[in-house]
Amino acid sequence: MNHHITLVVNGVVREASVPARRLLSDCLRHDLGLTGTHVGCEHGVCGACTVLLDGEPVRSCLTFAVTVDGREITTVEGLATGGELSPVQRAFAECHGLQCGFCTPGFLCTATAFLRDNPAPDDEEVLEAISGNLCRCTGYQNIIKAVHRAAEIQAEEAG
Amino acid sequence: MKPPPFDYHGPASLGETLRVLAEVGPHGKVLAGGQSLIPLLNMRLAAPAHLVDINRVAELDTIAAEPGGVRVGALARHAAVERSAAARAVQPLLGQALRLVAHPVIRNRGTVVGSLVHADPSAELPAVLALLGGSVRLARLGGEREVAAAEFFTGPLESAVAPGELAVSAFFPALPERSGTAFCEVARRHGDYAVAGVAAAVTLDEDFRIAAARVACVSVGPVPVVADVTEVCGPRPAASVGWDVDWDAVARAVQDRIDPEEDIHATATYRRHLTGVLVTRALKSAAHEAGHGEQGEL
Repeated sequence: MNHHITLVVNGVVREASVPARRLLSDCLRHDLGLTGTHVGCEHGVCGACTVLLDGEPVRSCLTFAVTVDGREITTVEGLATGGELSPVQRAFAECHGLQCGFCTPGFLCTATAFLRDNPAPDDEEVLEAISGNLCRCTGYQNIIKAVHRAAEIQAEEAG
Repeated sequence: MKPPPFDYHGPASLGETLRVLAEVGPHGKVLAGGQSLIPLLNMRLAAPAHLVDINRVAELDTIAAEPGGVRVGALARHAAVERSAAARAVQPLLGQALRLVAHPVIRNRGTVVGSLVHADPSAELPAVLALLGGSVRLARLGGEREVAAAEFFTGPLESAVAPGELAVSAFFPALPERSGTAFCEVARRHGDYAVAGVAAAVTLDEDFRIAAARVACVSVGPVPVVADVTEVCGPRPAASVGWDVDWDAVARAVQDRIDPEEDIHATATYRRHLTGVLVTRALKSAAHEAGHGEQGEL
């Protein structure tokens, strides 16, 4: 039996008909065609599938689409505004915070929510914030630099 | 890595939830945060015929901090309890333990009561409930019961929740004046399940001597192992914690109570050793906090 659900994805109302067992990650990719959300481990370890649910980062592979019927989702496709990369995206590009890019959507969503709540984090806070996201090729040093750089860009633009 | 099919129920109220649970009985499983259940489904280690999703039951999303303790509703997320200043003030051990539960993103979805019902012997919150002598309230169609922590955890990944029942809340009691708590653990990576971990609570008497000391150990038995070490610790002046108390004897007393198993992460001997070290570390930290709380200074 399929369930008819409505999600607000990146500000756009989207409808889908999904079986109850459809993971939010698969709903975004297969039903809505938003393949920016990457699926890595599918058991909540790697963080690649992290999206924002009503602004809070969550694992889309550990969430059923039907559970979040009616809620707002932001994926990596929704971070840029008007064709311009967001401060977090620019910082990752500037600091070489990505290489193959597979883990990047998860890092970007996690970092975006983190810097909204904590605009001037120290090293330890950044480490804790991204501890649930795995990267297997870029290396974490540049990702940490990128999060700090994103905080700087945001502060510059706010000031 | 996709969940097996199931019949989905999305009740909007507690009453409706209990009616559905009564109907599906042993074939039903409750979905709250899903951070442990959905991996089990994805890996096909569980295949319930009916999933009862309580995420729309807003009346279960509660955190009530009173002088006697903190009652956490079934839908309160780890992150919400961690952020609750009122809950932290009444029972600081909650915040101390929640910081060690998985990663921030997992804590945004996972629920405190869900962790208790999941009853993983490596998880922090069952140890917290066991240490504090808390309880879980179980509701079913037409009644409810309050189950003490000592009876709630019945085995690895097994709790006292019967078919048709819903764990609606958990109660974490406050400690008396001049008490302190700590949670220390060793994990291979921050956020991983602990190789060994110890929650401790220490209460001092009016002369700042240790009047009560308890620990709860994780990852070293089928359920959290609670040990009362008051006799080995006290009553000695807490001003000299670290000098007077025979910490080796305290560690040994706890090590004698546990029965760790070997796995790919650690041998049983190493877990026993770690537990001894963490018992001392956690008790010292709890005693220090007890002596430096707002009730008085050493």
